Amino acid sequence: MKLITTISISIVLLLTIQACGDDETTDRRADVQQEEGLTDFELEHGIGPITERIEIDEEIDQELLTKGRDIYEMKCEMCHNMEGRMVGPELGNVLDRRSPEFVMNFILNPGRMAQDHPEGQKMLREYMTVMPFQNVKEDEARAIVEYLRYYAEHN
Amino acid sequence: MTQIKSNKLRGILLGAGFVAIAAFVFTGCPGQQRMLDTGDAAQKVYVAPGEHDEYYAFFSGGYSGQLSVWGLPSARFLKVIPVFSQDPETGYGYSEETKPLFNTSYGFIPWDDSHHPHISQTDGDADGRWIFINANNTPRIARIDLVTFETKEILELPNTGGNHASSFVTSNTEYVIGGTRFSIPYEQDLDVPIDSYSDEFRGALSFIKVDENSGKMDLEFQIVVPPYNYDLGRAGKGPSADWVFFTTYNTEEAHTMLEVNASRNDKDFIAAVNWRKAAELVANGHGQTAPGEYYHNYYEGNQGYAISEQKNGVTILDTREIDEDFIYYLPTPKSPHGVDVDPTGEYIVGGGKLATVIPVHSFSRMLQAIEDGAVVERIDGIPVLDYDATIAGEVENPGLGPLHTEFDGRGYAYTSVYISSEIVKWSLETFEVVDRIDAYYSIGHLMITGGDTKNPDARYMVGLTKTAKDRYLPTGPKQNHPAQLYDISNDRMELLLDFPTIGEPHYAQAIRADLIKDNVAQIYEMEDNDHPHALTRIADNRVERDGNVVRVFMGSTRSHFRPDNIEGIRVGDTVYFHLTNLEQEWDVVHGIAIKGAQNSEILVAPGQTKTMKWEPNRTGIYPFYCTAFCSALHQEMQGYVRVSAADSDVPLTWRTGTN
Repeated sequence: MKLITTISISIVLLLTIQACGDDETTDRRADVQQEEGLTDFELEHGIGPITERIEIDEEIDQELLTKGRDIYEMKCEMCHNMEGRMVGPELGNVLDRRSPEFVMNFILNPGRMAQDHPEGQKMLREYMTVMPFQNVKEDEARAIVEYLRYYAEHN
Repeated sequence: MTQIKSNKLRGILLGAGFVAIAAFVFTGCPGQQRMLDTGDAAQKVYVAPGEHDEYYAFFSGGYSGQLSVWGLPSARFLKVIPVFSQDPETGYGYSEETKPLFNTSYGFIPWDDSHHPHISQTDGDADGRWIFINANNTPRIARIDLVTFETKEILELPNTGGNHASSFVTSNTEYVIGGTRFSIPYEQDLDVPIDSYSDEFRGALSFIKVDENSGKMDLEFQIVVPPYNYDLGRAGKGPSADWVFFTTYNTEEAHTMLEVNASRNDKDFIAAVNWRKAAELVANGHGQTAPGEYYHNYYEGNQGYAISEQKNGVTILDTREIDEDFIYYLPTPKSPHGVDVDPTGEYIVGGGKLATVIPVHSFSRMLQAIEDGAVVERIDGIPVLDYDATIAGEVENPGLGPLHTEFDGRGYAYTSVYISSEIVKWSLETFEVVDRIDAYYSIGHLMITGGDTKNPDARYMVGLTKTAKDRYLPTGPKQNHPAQLYDISNDRMELLLDFPTIGEPHYAQAIRADLIKDNVAQIYEMEDNDHPHALTRIADNRVERDGNVVRVFMGSTRSHFRPDNIEGIRVGDTVYFHLTNLEQEWDVVHGIAIKGAQNSEILVAPGQTKTMKWEPNRTGIYPFYCTAFCSALHQEMQGYVRVSAADSDVPLTWRTGTN
């Protein structure tokens, strides 16, 4: 009787472990594929919810600018300067180095960017810290980009 | 005189008898415990790493004053929610935001004895919005929000001695109830001889209205009743939903050596209160206003300091002065402790702790008895109904000292039995015991998942026991109280787990996890931070002086404070560190502690602002640091404050990042 119980527990456990193991393997495999095969878009514009180029008017949208500045001052300034490196890179000229989509994906998906994107990995090695996700929504990330554009134009 | 002596003697003999029985039970070998085959039991409580339990269980902390949260069936300990006692782990009761929660008409009370948690209900079922819990010693009721798992409100109950019959809710959370365990002079602060008990002392049953949207409590009225001990209470459900039932003991009106003197009468009472009618009487102006100082402490808005509102005056219904009947006494043997209502709302089960039977009253028979005028006497205007007219059955052979009953919704009741340390299962149809199982040791309350509601899940039962003795590795003369988990899905009860808990797990409640877990907050959204001293714009971090009061508006993120160098503080200053955690990721917590602070560290959740008060009394350099291991550079998360002499002219400066 005991033997049967032990065997059945072992089977249940085995099944459970197997099931979990499978999930994990699938996840990892997916990661590996991603790492090896980022799309051209992802390589240039980052991994995240922004999957195509966004349209940006040449003229600064004042409403978006104000919103973006408020969020930046509340959620970004602890670690970033516009001029000069702090915890993270300086941001006054970030749009010279990165596309708006790349900046947005970095804000919206910082964990994945640090782990899986070659540029993110490079930055992690340089700055020694993973940028935290600051609960910024997609439209808010877009607004931050507007503020960064405005800053770059005026400084 | 002789009569008194003989009564005393009889009481002493009775007491001695119980002690002898109890001693036998305690010293007797626990014998063979009935549990499932070890493998089967293990399988039933096994929750794989990373998986979630099926139930949240909330265990009161008893003399710890807190509420602990567990997952069932694994019995994983999830957290302690501090309620009535200061908690240095989180800074609860030490931070400036939480300190006002402890204000009472007796001053700042940093401890209490929390007994009966009760989850808010909708239509007789737990809805998982809030959980209430009582404070016994300095009578209060707290409301804990189950979105943040934080104590949001504490209401003091005036004119009450020992709020034990609390904090049970009615079936739509219209009211949460309170009750006097110790009768005291109702008129507050009355200085009278103790032996004026029968003349001057009264009981108070409190009805606290709960706002259906916010959960905010309001002491609507108290019923002033004869000076007995009101021990426990439960609301009716279904047909009895408009009623609340309280047990009484000490109808002898003893005020000394209650162990003996309050155990004489063959029957005490269950008080049946028609709360809806009482509320109507109050609404129609039948209440009087009595003096009664009390504090009502609560939060307004999303964040900030708890507000302490000092109140005076309470509306009372005095049974001696109201002609209409809204409360009835049901004679019940013998010093009944628990009173529990079955899922149909028909049966009211008394736990006569000195009785040899479990008495079961019928709600429909009670209504009939009221209609028939089956009143044997009136006490202070309260009709006492005929026992035979309300009783539906007596469960024979329930063991020694039946206390509390919960239900499985399949026609069975489960009663905890203290002295013989067991749980008996009995039929609500035949009133016969069908199964019994040992408890380790000396069980008080028991709890069935949903077992006090209209629709019990009845998957598991937890026994809350008072002594561990030999059950675990020994940890000294005073050990933690145990709890046992039983499987009650089959005909016979089976023991699954036995585990130590926190404080005294006096009573517990459980609720299906899916009713809570999707609503639980992961962060405080920064945009909604309405704390008056929050840092919402990082560049606004600063230090302000106003006389001897210095306020530091500080932010934290992985892995620094801003500002982290402060100079110009003087001995004699009162410094407030208003720390806003600028993280917006779930469970990324920062804390702050500074050398020499005469309180505790403060933990701050993501997006939250908390305040630590510091009164430096010596000059020097004071390091401060983050107490929560927040990141790989956690050890770098630190700063310095320079404290100068009281008459120093070192200017107030602060900075971050410029060496």
